[in-house]
Amino acid sequence: MNLKSINWFRGMKAAWAKRFAVFTRSAAADLSVTSPFMAIVQKEIADHVRSWRYGILFVLMLLTCLGSLYTASTGMRNAISTDNEVKSFFFLNLFTYTNGTLPPFITFVSFLGPLLGIGLGFDAINSERSKGTLSRLMAQPVHRDDVLNAKFVAALIVIGVMFFALGFLVAGLGMLILGIPPTPEEVWRLILFLIISTVYVAFWLNLSIMLSVRLRQAATSALTGMAIWIFFSVFYGLLIDLVAGATAPADPRDPDAVISHTEWIQLLMRLSPSQLFSEATTTLLVPSVRSLGPLSMEQIIGAIPSPLPLGQSILLVWPQLTGMVAETLVCFAAAYVMFMRQEIRSRN
Amino acid sequence: MVDTNESASLLNPTSAHEAEPLIELVDLTKRYGDFTAVNKLSLRIGQGEIFGLLGPNGAGKSTTILMMLGLTEPTSGKVRVCGVDPTRQPLSVKRRVGYLPDDVGFYEDRTGLENLLFTARLNRVPPHEANERAKKLLELVGLKEAADKKAGTYSRGMRQRLGLADVLIKKPNVIILDEPTLGIDPEGVRELLELIRTLSRNEGLTVLLSSHQLHQVQQICDRVGLFVQGSLLAVGTVNELSAQLFAGEPFWVEAEIGAPPLDDSDGESEPPGLSKLKEQLLQLDGVQTVRRDEVNPSLLQIGCQRDVSKDIAKIVVSSGFDLLSLSKKQYGLDEIYHRYFEGRKTG
Repeated sequence: MNLKSINWFRGMKAAWAKRFAVFTRSAAADLSVTSPFMAIVQKEIADHVRSWRYGILFVLMLLTCLGSLYTASTGMRNAISTDNEVKSFFFLNLFTYTNGTLPPFITFVSFLGPLLGIGLGFDAINSERSKGTLSRLMAQPVHRDDVLNAKFVAALIVIGVMFFALGFLVAGLGMLILGIPPTPEEVWRLILFLIISTVYVAFWLNLSIMLSVRLRQAATSALTGMAIWIFFSVFYGLLIDLVAGATAPADPRDPDAVISHTEWIQLLMRLSPSQLFSEATTTLLVPSVRSLGPLSMEQIIGAIPSPLPLGQSILLVWPQLTGMVAETLVCFAAAYVMFMRQEIRSRN
Repeated sequence: MVDTNESASLLNPTSAHEAEPLIELVDLTKRYGDFTAVNKLSLRIGQGEIFGLLGPNGAGKSTTILMMLGLTEPTSGKVRVCGVDPTRQPLSVKRRVGYLPDDVGFYEDRTGLENLLFTARLNRVPPHEANERAKKLLELVGLKEAADKKAGTYSRGMRQRLGLADVLIKKPNVIILDEPTLGIDPEGVRELLELIRTLSRNEGLTVLLSSHQLHQVQQICDRVGLFVQGSLLAVGTVNELSAQLFAGEPFWVEAEIGAPPLDDSDGESEPPGLSKLKEQLLQLDGVQTVRRDEVNPSLLQIGCQRDVSKDIAKIVVSSGFDLLSLSKKQYGLDEIYHRYFEGRKTG
C-alpha cells in the first residue's frame, strides 16, 4: 500500500514535471525572442547605465537632492512649532522650502532637468552615424522609427527610474529627519510631481534627440541644446519683461486693459516649458496655490483660505501638463519626420 | 566547340541565373537635384553568383547599393531583390540580404561577440542559436581569440572580418559588400576574398561586391560590371570584356633588348639599328604595332593578333640585339578599365 502510493506519487511528480517543462520551454521560446525594438531599448539602457555621462549626471542629481534636503530640513525645524502641520501639508515643504542658502528641490529640478535630458539625448543618432553603426543597424530588419522610438523610450525609462528613486530617497530621509510621515494625499502629490518632472525632462530629451538627428556633429548638437536651455531659463524672462514694458496699457486704472495685458504676458511666459513646469509643480507641491492667473478682488473675497484638494490641484495644472506633453510631441514629430527622410550612408 | 560551350555555361553560374535573377535592376535612376548619381542602370544577378560592381570613387556604386536595400528611394526605375521591392517592403529584403557598409562601425565598448549577438537579436534569432552561430562565425573569420575583446580595440582588417560575420549571422541569401577590401593589407585582402569565395561556393550565397581595386576583385568575381559616372559601361566575365575590347590585338609581347650593335646613338635620336628592327618586326605576319615604352626605352611593346613571340625572338636575335627578356602580357581589369577611360576621353 505504502509502496503503491509512493509509486503513484512519483508518477504524478514526473507527469507534472514534464508538463511544467513543456510549459516553461514554450514560454521561454516566446519570451526569449525579443522584438528588435525591445532589443534596442535594452541595449540603450545598458549603454546609458554603464556610461560615465550618466554616472556624472546621477551624482549631480544626488548632490542636489541631499543639498536641498539639508537646507529644507534645517529651515523646517524652526518652523515645526506651528500647529496642525498635517493639515498644511508640512511634509511637502521638504521639496519647496529653503533657508536661503540653496534653492529648494523643485527649483533645482527645473534647472537641472534640462541638463539631464540634453545629456542623455544629444548624441542619440549622430554618434551612431559618425561611428558607422547606424548604416549597419539600418541594414537589419528593423523599422526606422523603431530606432528613434527605442532611443527615446530607453532614455525615458532611465530618467524615470532615476527621478522616482531620488524622489523617494528624499522622502525617506525626510521622514527620518523630521519624524513626520506623509499623508496619503502628500504621497500622491509627490508621485504626480515626479511624473511631471519626468515629462518635463522628456521634453528636453526629445529636443536633444531632434537636434541629434538634424546636426551631424555631437558637439554642435550638445551646444545647441544648452543654448536653448539657457535661453529659456535666463533670457526668455528678460525678453518677456521687455515685451511687457513695451505693451503695457496706457491707462493703468483701466482694469480690463490691465487684466488682458497680464493674461497676454502670461500666455507668452507659458510658451516656455520651464514656466509650465514650475507652475505645475508649485501647484502640486503647495496646495494653497489656488489660481495660476490673475484674480479679482471679488473672486478672493469669500474664498476660504484653505488648501485645494488634490483633484482641484490637478484640474488647475491640467493645461500646463497638456502643454508640456504637446511641446514634447512636437519635438518628437519633427525628429521623426527628419529621420525618416534622411539618407543613411556610412559615416557621413 | 559549341557543345563544350553549352556544358560550360550549365556549370557556370553566369548563365544559370537567366531564369530567375536574385537581384534585378531595370532602368534604375537616382538624381540628387541636378546631379544624376545613377543613370538608367539595368542589371541581373543570379543565384550563387559573385558579381563585382567596379568603378572609381563617386561612380554611384554605394547609391545603387542603398537603393537595393531600400535605404534610399530611387527617382525612377525598378529594383527587385529576391523578388521583393525594397522601397515598398524594406524589412523582408533586409531579412534576406546582408549588407556590409564600407568602413563598418561597431559599438566600441562592447566585445565582438556582443556586437554579433545584438545583430542576431535584431534579426529575431533565438539566444541559444545566436550564441552558437556567433561563435562558429567568429571562428570562421579568424576572430576566435579576439571574440571577448572590445570592438574598439580591433584593427581595420579585424573590423572588416567581424563585419562579414555580422552579415552572415542572419543567414542571408544575398550579401552585399561595399568596398570590402578597402584599407586592409594585401594578405588580409587575399584571406577575405578567399573567405568570400568559399562561402559563396559552399553555401550558394549570392555576392555583390563593389570596389575600385580591380585586380584584387577580378580574382574572385564570376562577372563584373564597369560602372562609371552613374552608368554601366560593360558587363561580363573578365575574359569576355577583354575579348570585346582588344578584339584587334589580343596579345601584347614585351621584349627587353640591350646593347645595339651600331652604337652611334648619342642622346635622343633613335639608333638606326633599332628602326630597322622595328620595320622587320612590323613585316612579321600577325604583328600590328611596335612601340618603345616611354619609361624604359629598352623595352619594345609589340601588339599582335596571335601569339608570335617565337618569331619575334628570332628576329631580335638575328638583327644583332641582345634579347634580355620576352614576356607575354595578360589583360587584367586594370587594362580593361584604362581602355574604357581612354575611349571615353577621345570619343
